[in-house]
Amino acid sequence: MGNKQTVFTPEQLEAYQDNPFRQRIAQVFSEDGDGHLTLDNFLDMFSVMSEMAPRDLKAYYAFKIYDFNNDGYICAWDLEQTVTKLTRGELSAEEVSLVCEKVLDEADGDHDGRLSLEDFQNMILRAPDFLSTFHIRI
Amino acid sequence: MMMAKKWAKFLRDFENFKAACVPWENKIKAIESQFGSSVASYFLFLRWMYGVNMVLFILTFSLIMLPEYLWGLPYGSLPRKTVPRAEEASAANFGVLYDFNGLAQYSVLFYGYYDNKRTIGWMNFRLPLSYFLVGIMCIGYSFLVVLKAMTKNIGDNGGGDDNTFNFSWKVFTSWDYLIGNPETADNKFNSITMNFKEAIIEERAAQVEENVHLVRFLRFLANFFVFLTLGGSGYLIFWAVKRSQEFAQQDPDTLGWWEKNEMNMVMSLLGMFCPTLFDLFAELEDYHPLIALKWLLGRIFALLLGNLYVFILALMDEINNKIEEEKLVKANITLWEANMIKAYNASLTGNSTGAPFFVHPADVPRGPCWETMVGQEFVRLTVSDVLTTYVTILIGDFLRACFVRFCNYCWCWDLEYGYPSYTEFDISGNVLALIFNQGMIWMGSFFAPSLPGINILRLHTSMYFQCWAVMCCNVPEARVFKASRSNNFYLGMLLLILFLSTMPVLYMIVSLPPSFDCGPFSGKNRMFEVIGETLEHDFPSWMAKILRQLSNPGLVIAVVLVMALTIYYLNATAKGQKAANLDLKKKMKQLQLLVASNSHRYPGGPEVLLTMLFETSTLCEGLENKCGVAISLFT
Repeated sequence: MGNKQTVFTPEQLEAYQDNPFRQRIAQVFSEDGDGHLTLDNFLDMFSVMSEMAPRDLKAYYAFKIYDFNNDGYICAWDLEQTVTKLTRGELSAEEVSLVCEKVLDEADGDHDGRLSLEDFQNMILRAPDFLSTFHIRI
Repeated sequence: MMMAKKWAKFLRDFENFKAACVPWENKIKAIESQFGSSVASYFLFLRWMYGVNMVLFILTFSLIMLPEYLWGLPYGSLPRKTVPRAEEASAANFGVLYDFNGLAQYSVLFYGYYDNKRTIGWMNFRLPLSYFLVGIMCIGYSFLVVLKAMTKNIGDNGGGDDNTFNFSWKVFTSWDYLIGNPETADNKFNSITMNFKEAIIEERAAQVEENVHLVRFLRFLANFFVFLTLGGSGYLIFWAVKRSQEFAQQDPDTLGWWEKNEMNMVMSLLGMFCPTLFDLFAELEDYHPLIALKWLLGRIFALLLGNLYVFILALMDEINNKIEEEKLVKANITLWEANMIKAYNASLTGNSTGAPFFVHPADVPRGPCWETMVGQEFVRLTVSDVLTTYVTILIGDFLRACFVRFCNYCWCWDLEYGYPSYTEFDISGNVLALIFNQGMIWMGSFFAPSLPGINILRLHTSMYFQCWAVMCCNVPEARVFKASRSNNFYLGMLLLILFLSTMPVLYMIVSLPPSFDCGPFSGKNRMFEVIGETLEHDFPSWMAKILRQLSNPGLVIAVVLVMALTIYYLNATAKGQKAANLDLKKKMKQLQLLVASNSHRYPGGPEVLLTMLFETSTLCEGLENKCGVAISLFT
């Protein structure tokens, strides 16, 4: 319809996708965990990422997105993955591990070496920017 | 069942309709995806201001301007509604209208046009009462709406704990999911990397003992320069207002364009150039960028506030002059009236079949009208501010972008990466400008009911113009760090400006006598006497008696005392609850630790124990007791 492009080559699709967590988002919201979304999953995703979603719900899904190995905790490996994706590999390994250590220092309330959902919620709900950045506008 | 389904469908359609009605949503979305959430926050703020101004406009238009236009006496029927004979020839010139003199001055746009009759029209619409009440209501509504927005934002922040989760927040909240543009995403990745590197350096670096005395001296020097600048700009404005008074005495035809608009131009130019000066002085100070940003915002705020107040002081000077002038003019008018009566008697005794004695309203000598003058000053200031902003954007952003884009091919160095390159969108500057303009609207709208309407037009065009300018000429910021709770910070400033700009208006209403020859309160001793008059005439006498008792000083003092006590009590309870909250959090942590360390004792796992505790302990009320029970179980 109109003059907008509707069929994309894979290279063009890559150019549209900048979010470093795009695959994780698809995996988290899909039913079978492999990135295939049904309509209900699609709606769930946009509903969680919308402006009206409550903070606790967003925090819950943010936790699942950042939990790369799906074990219910954000461990040091998950953090490394997150930081590497955020900086596109520009930080050295030493810097990445320093950042992960600091995060665990700050947010790990029960001192078990990984972030549980409670630790994560406790930390993220105080963040002033969380609501405005974890948000997709339709 | 069908009805329930139909009702649900209707509700959903209505929600969709409401969402579709929100103006400019697509524009803001496009800007958000290209520039990130901080630039978009300016446009969201602009849209919110537009909503507030729309309400003010509806109030002033429907309750003041429209009734006067429909039911008041038409133009030319009263002396205050007619252009004086001396100015009539030039009354419709564009130059005169642009200055809001001539026909624009003698119209519903300004205070002086309104008549002081108690009721007008067949509906007996009480115009002076409506004028006064609408003025007060606008102020009250503005306070309410700003406070409501602030309290909503406070809930979002969760309060306190500024630096405890520094790295965690950087990791989990720095990616902006709104970004939909590759260039912006690149910038965002770079800025996140820079952010991490800086934080790591700060974390690793030991406290380097720099030359503390040099740093302190430089900071003192910078503050001294800033102080000089502020003083200089204040003096400049005062001098400009005095000069504009002199020009007002002279014949308008001898003045050039600059002389006529000097004061407004001076104020707008100061607002444009001083922030760059402050930026320069901040180089001396060597603060962390976030702190430097806060200092810069504070200084710009002080500059604009100082300018506004010097302007008001100069205006008060002029108002006092006009009030003095009134006494002279009153004496002249009584003389003139005596002459007219003599002439009238002469015409009666003389030619009785001649033309009836008639004095055209344009020939009646006029008293000075300080309220209209105040209204005119604010309207002129607003208009010149708008023009300055637009011209700045056109020249500073658009022409510069054109130059960089097209001259890059034939220039020695790379214009796009080096100097001058494309401009970034200055969020704080724009937000401050918006806030101060709104302050001027609040100050001037009592004396010029048209001001909210003019502001609506301005915000509407601003939205389109700035959206276009941002998308066309600006680039996303390379360094992205936000003054993190900036939303509440800007609303706090707006509240302060609201308070500071309604104070002079309230002072003028309460302590200055209204002009005797113009406006809805002419002839009264003070403007608020209209309320007393309404109580006497329109309400039954017992109500007037009750209200008079209520304004008994003793009762008023008692009420004020009770309010002060309530505030103190609420403050104390809030503090107490915060402390209790912290206490509970500590207990929760203790409990978690205990559960974790003792989890091997309970085969079902700690979750079973906890659910047991929380579900079966009906004897224990409240989380506090449950924590206490759990802790006592373990120890």
